[in-house]
Amino acid sequence: MGLAAVTRGFHEHRPRLAGVAALGAGLAVLALAVPLTRERVAQAPFAAAQCLLLVVAVATFWVIPSDLTRRMRKNPLSVAGFGLIAAFVAVAILAPILAPPPATSRDPYIIPQEGFASVPTPPRPGHPFGTTEGQYDLYYGIVWGARTAFRVSILVIAIAVAIGLVVGGLSGYYGGRVDEAMMRLTDIFLAFPSLVLAVTVVAVLGRSLTNVMIAIAIVHWPIYARLLRGDILSVRGRDYVEAARAAGAGDVRIIVRHVIPNAIYPFLVLSSLDMGLIVITAAALSFLGLGPDVGYADWGTLINLSRTWILGRPGEPFAYWYVLAYPGAAIFLFVLGWNLLGDAFRDILDPRLRASG
Amino acid sequence: MLRFVARRAVHGVIILVGLSVLLFALLVLTPGDPVELIAASTPDIKPEDVAALRAYYGLDDPIYIRYFKWARSVLHGDLGYSRTYGTPVIGLMGERLRNTLALLATSVFLAFIAGVAIGIYSALHQYSVVDYTVTVLAFAGLAMPVFWQGIVFILVFAVWLPWFPAGGMMTPGVEPGWPMFWNRLWHMVLPVAVLATSGMAAWTRYMRSSMLEVIRQDYVRTARAKGNSEKVVINKHALRNALIPIITLVALSIPGILNGAVLTETVFSWPGMGLLLFQAVLGHDYNVAMAVLLFVALMTVLFNLFADVAYAMVDPRIRYE
Repeated sequence: MGLAAVTRGFHEHRPRLAGVAALGAGLAVLALAVPLTRERVAQAPFAAAQCLLLVVAVATFWVIPSDLTRRMRKNPLSVAGFGLIAAFVAVAILAPILAPPPATSRDPYIIPQEGFASVPTPPRPGHPFGTTEGQYDLYYGIVWGARTAFRVSILVIAIAVAIGLVVGGLSGYYGGRVDEAMMRLTDIFLAFPSLVLAVTVVAVLGRSLTNVMIAIAIVHWPIYARLLRGDILSVRGRDYVEAARAAGAGDVRIIVRHVIPNAIYPFLVLSSLDMGLIVITAAALSFLGLGPDVGYADWGTLINLSRTWILGRPGEPFAYWYVLAYPGAAIFLFVLGWNLLGDAFRDILDPRLRASG
Repeated sequence: MLRFVARRAVHGVIILVGLSVLLFALLVLTPGDPVELIAASTPDIKPEDVAALRAYYGLDDPIYIRYFKWARSVLHGDLGYSRTYGTPVIGLMGERLRNTLALLATSVFLAFIAGVAIGIYSALHQYSVVDYTVTVLAFAGLAMPVFWQGIVFILVFAVWLPWFPAGGMMTPGVEPGWPMFWNRLWHMVLPVAVLATSGMAAWTRYMRSSMLEVIRQDYVRTARAKGNSEKVVINKHALRNALIPIITLVALSIPGILNGAVLTETVFSWPGMGLLLFQAVLGHDYNVAMAVLLFVALMTVLFNLFADVAYAMVDPRIRYE
């Protein structure tokens, strides 16, 4: 899209864009007018600005009619998925404002602890979701846990895609023996239930969040390698690629201009479904005791802490419901959001399943 | 067809050998070896004894020698001893495998039947209230972490409503025979329900979209145009074709259900392979870990092969070179 097209688009949708601008300005004024939020925003102006930018970007995306938004609007589940993920992104960005770390904390991901009493305490002012065993604030853990979830899933996908690009690229582009060797290598990794392999890898590397990410990346790269290889193979033989090559285009140019644009939508579907899967796997590893240390803002670790308290008190089975409900709901909604979004992308891509009406 | 199966079998062997090398290296590189664990738990052990133990277990040999030693004994059918349990791995595996299979087979069977039935109904009533409810519930089932669901089930169905046991495989002291059988079944209800949920949700969705695709095909329209009753059209023409991809999918996803089994067995303290593997990896019990991991890999390879062959057999349109 050239600059001219952008300007034309701007003029065409001027009233709608004006609405978006008004929304952004309104939010900014509101954040600065209310004393409580003004104080918090002043502490983390950068996060507030980022969030404002996000709101404006999302609103712009929705008000300008495009094929994607038109199709998504038709399915309420797609809209719900989009909304959920947008909300989680907002929570993750606004973490320093929603749950400001105490002035003494060195790492904001460490949940502040209030005393060391072992029994969880119920929600009350100051601790809206209650505290867990060891008096870690659940609200703080869940808000910052959103950042952990995004960090884990985005990093894992980045590593998996990097390995997948190299392996799939070599395989699809050179074919023959290279392809055979690379595909057997991916088979070896695919011949394993992902969690079983990840558990083994973390147990070997030692338990930590970094190692959890490495283990999940090791488990997830083969799918990306396969996807990319298939795309390269299907594009390689096309007439327009032959034409581009005849016109003197090099390998890199063919990959950038033809292979990647063709692979981008299947990749979007796969990676958005994968975002949820990665967070579930990471939470499972934390639950098995292989994740970060107790007290780190991570949803799986919080659920693990709840295990001792599920029996409740005699006669009151639901006495400690909050230690289980809040972190579980966070994971559930996060994964649900990505699944719905991935499904929306797939429906848009796969016209065969589209409703005729 | 035979050539195809033979080629895939050769691939399978290559995968298994590659995996065994990889896993062996991975496990051997784990910081801390079994002798260190023994030494740590026995404070008055002498350094000579540690050295003797290391030599006895062959821990000082180079990795490749240890791998070949291990591979030779495995090929002779000897999986070695478990260091934590002190029993042959084969016996330990056999018992645990039975427990896991009971859990796995029941939940896969139930999830398949329920998933297919609900998926068909949902597809035949597309955009109805039931269809929307099923879709939402299936999404919910897929997004729920297995371990969290397990804990919630224990809380609701074992603690609050004391209908089922919270864990274990049977009540001690039950008479053998039918009482024991019923007792086992009673203990299986919660873990099976938890393990079946995600499979059921996934297969419902796949069955629904597969059915939706098939009922728009020309041959289904032809079947209707011939004057067949709706029942015949659905059961004979649509359902059979819609089931083809699902059967492959189920075969391919069975090894993956082991992921859920590890978590379900941990939550319900069900003495199966998942729990065994988890404890073996953490306790540096290499022989057990290698045996379980390779067994899982073997199962995956076999089920993949089975999926390909089954696909070619039920669908005559598929031809392998």
